[in-house]
Amino acid sequence: MKDKVTAIIKKYDNDKSQLVSILQDVQAEYNYLPRAALDKLSKKMDIPQSQVYSLATFFRAFSLKERGKHIVNVCLGTACHVRGGELILESLERQLDIQRGNTTKDNNFTLETVNCMGCCATGPVVKINDEYFGHMTNDKVEPMIKKYSK
Amino acid sequence: MPSKIKSSRDLEKLQQALSKKPDTGKPRISVCNGTACRPYGSNPVVDAFKLEIEKRALDNQLEFKVTGCHGFCERGPIAIIEPGNIFYQKIKVEDVAEIIEKTLKKETIGRLLYKDPGTNLETVKQDDLPFYRNQKRIILGNNTRIDPTSIEDYIAIGGYSALAKALSTMQPEQIIDVVKQSGLRGRGGGGFLTGSKWETCRNAHGDVKYVIVNADEGDPGAYANEGLLTGNPHSVLEGLIIGAFAIGSHQGYIYVRNEYPLALKNVTTAMQQAEKLGLLGKNILGSGFDFSVRVNRGGGAFVCGESTALMASLEGKTGEPRAKYVHTVEKGLWDSPSDLNNVETWANIPQIINNGAAWFSSIGTKGNTGTKIFSLTGKVNNTGLVEIPMGIKLREIIFDIGGGIRGGKKFKAVQTGGPSGGCLPEKLIDLSVDFDELTKAGAMMGSGGMIVMDEDNCMVDVARYFLTFLEEESCGKCVPCREGIKRMRQILNDITEGKGREGDLDLLKELSSHLKDSSLCALGGSAPNPVLTTIKYFSEEYEAHIKQKKCPAGVCKMLIQFSIIDEKCPGCGMCVKVCPSNAITDMGKKKPVVLDQSKCIKCRTCYDICRMGAVKIE
Ligand SMILES: Cc1cc2nc3c(=O)[nH]c(=O)nc-3n(C[C@H](O)[C@H](O)[C@H](O)COP(=O)(O)O)c2cc1C
Ligand code: FES
Ligand code: FES
Repeated sequence: MKDKVTAIIKKYDNDKSQLVSILQDVQAEYNYLPRAALDKLSKKMDIPQSQVYSLATFFRAFSLKERGKHIVNVCLGTACHVRGGELILESLERQLDIQRGNTTKDNNFTLETVNCMGCCATGPVVKINDEYFGHMTNDKVEPMIKKYSK
Repeated sequence: MPSKIKSSRDLEKLQQALSKKPDTGKPRISVCNGTACRPYGSNPVVDAFKLEIEKRALDNQLEFKVTGCHGFCERGPIAIIEPGNIFYQKIKVEDVAEIIEKTLKKETIGRLLYKDPGTNLETVKQDDLPFYRNQKRIILGNNTRIDPTSIEDYIAIGGYSALAKALSTMQPEQIIDVVKQSGLRGRGGGGFLTGSKWETCRNAHGDVKYVIVNADEGDPGAYANEGLLTGNPHSVLEGLIIGAFAIGSHQGYIYVRNEYPLALKNVTTAMQQAEKLGLLGKNILGSGFDFSVRVNRGGGAFVCGESTALMASLEGKTGEPRAKYVHTVEKGLWDSPSDLNNVETWANIPQIINNGAAWFSSIGTKGNTGTKIFSLTGKVNNTGLVEIPMGIKLREIIFDIGGGIRGGKKFKAVQTGGPSGGCLPEKLIDLSVDFDELTKAGAMMGSGGMIVMDEDNCMVDVARYFLTFLEEESCGKCVPCREGIKRMRQILNDITEGKGREGDLDLLKELSSHLKDSSLCALGGSAPNPVLTTIKYFSEEYEAHIKQKKCPAGVCKMLIQFSIIDEKCPGCGMCVKVCPSNAITDMGKKKPVVLDQSKCIKCRTCYDICRMGAVKIE
């Protein structure tokens, strides 16, 4: 863990103003923000822990909880909302048997929401990892999830 | 990659060489791989093209380009074939070999052409499509001509010539003058005069100054900035360098929304290429002017689009706004004078420098010059990114360009300006689309969201939606916004659940006026807009929820019931299969199904799947 965090800090020249980007890289590395990594950041960059945590909790992009293998992102932006994005989310909650923001027991899926992913023309949109699914309907949810089930 | 460009003459020579590349004359296939085409499978289509071209060694017979958004995302994946301006839509991997074959033979494939939904007549050329015909694409138009990851492509079509012109023939004051005369107003929503803002920043005290690109595009449901930054990042960068020179800044920042991975990637690549060629860095084009840029990622907070919050976030702090007694052009990032402009504002600059203020102000109307990009989405037929001259009517955008409402439904409202904007009803369909008219009607230009709604959308639900969003996004620093939005959202929730009371509307209006008067930043100050416009234009819908406990649009779950219209149901059983709560029972062939109200969770799946219209919502 040490080396990875150190490498990320180095990539940004230890620049305190780049803390958001640094946290993002740390999250990309571990899938969430592990406590040990945040402690390390705070010491190495000489930033108070309180400031690191205030950033980590302010932005919705960050998670302090460990996340599942696949991240399911349901768009709740306006364009997706008027085409029934909320219903798709509810359908996913039923099928994965978890509420939004949580991870399935087998650690395979984390269900998250986002306010627009920049492809509103194709709403409602769901993204699993890097794959986008457009014009979602309730009956497309099951096959989509199956694709990523073990 | 060409070597470093040391002067304007060097750039000119390079441009001439690039535009005369042996490629010219060969047929060119440009395929969109923008973010909105990806859900339709543009990635595999692009791969198939590459594979086929390599397999058949066609490199010297045709040019293949992967581009950013072409605009007509609804029909993605899209390809344009030149010469001929041929527009192919909804391309599948299976079509790829044939497209290559026919392009080489100079033939077209009828099956992939656009057909008019009414007359079924085919249209061959992109420029003849109703979607494109009524637009004026001075900024977005180049997206189809360039690979956004190639600086050579941008230079070949004349890119960076405005920078060369500005650096070698104009004084900073002159540039500011031209921008002022053009009448360009900021495209981030507020509509401030860009030239005046630059002038204040130039004249502000301080040796160090900053210029910043606002690519946070926080409006949930708008992707105009995304399409521009992903599809033509160099145009934004060029505008930024010109602005920096005019203002006297040597350091710029590009603040990109975290949810836009492709925009982030492309703008970072663009920046690195410009550095390599000497268009960023020390002594740009031999002018003695130094300028460098840094790309920063946001963290998914709407409020960070606000100028002071964005700057706090750039300093590595949480994105909380501050009171603006002193404007950021005087004291912004690290207390230095800082100019922040929207992505689209910056992209307009090279056009203005190249073509002149008079040309620019001839587009649009007096006081609202130039074009504006909208992301046209929701219940219209032709969704996508549209660029229109300022001042055309809503009707022209929604019906001529957008092709009207999907599925023959009835137009109900259009939402512009995102969470700070408002919902406009049918009676305002002939309103001019410009900063002033939209604001007068209670909505806002915003950064370009335009969401069309039909009879199946509930306006109370839309208001509740925006306040739920804003409640979550309020940074919590000031009380009126933190508490006010929450209470308003609770009242709206109650109304949508049938618990609305007489007097709720007055209470909402009263809270709105407190929020407007006393919020720290415009997030709280404009939060009431979606509520006030829906109350103003759709009061009867509120009344129905409050008094009759009914949702006329059939959206609010607590107020609706699903049932089967027996006469219309052929008993096909489709709905039985898809119902997640087993609330529908198959009664045998040709007998209508039976729906058990007590089990129904109102998920709408049966309603969506039934082709006979046998499911009723009331
Ligand atoms: C809550 C809030 C969110 C905003 N979000 C954005 C945004 O996403 N993009 C943007 O360009 N401007 C946004 N603005 C407006 C900016 O504060 C600022 O006015 C704008 O970036 C200035 O650029 P312009 O002069 O080119 O319009 C937002 C303002 C507020 C109050
Ligand atoms: S609103 Fe869902 S992608 Fe934009
Ligand atoms: S993303 Fe392909 S046309 Fe818009």
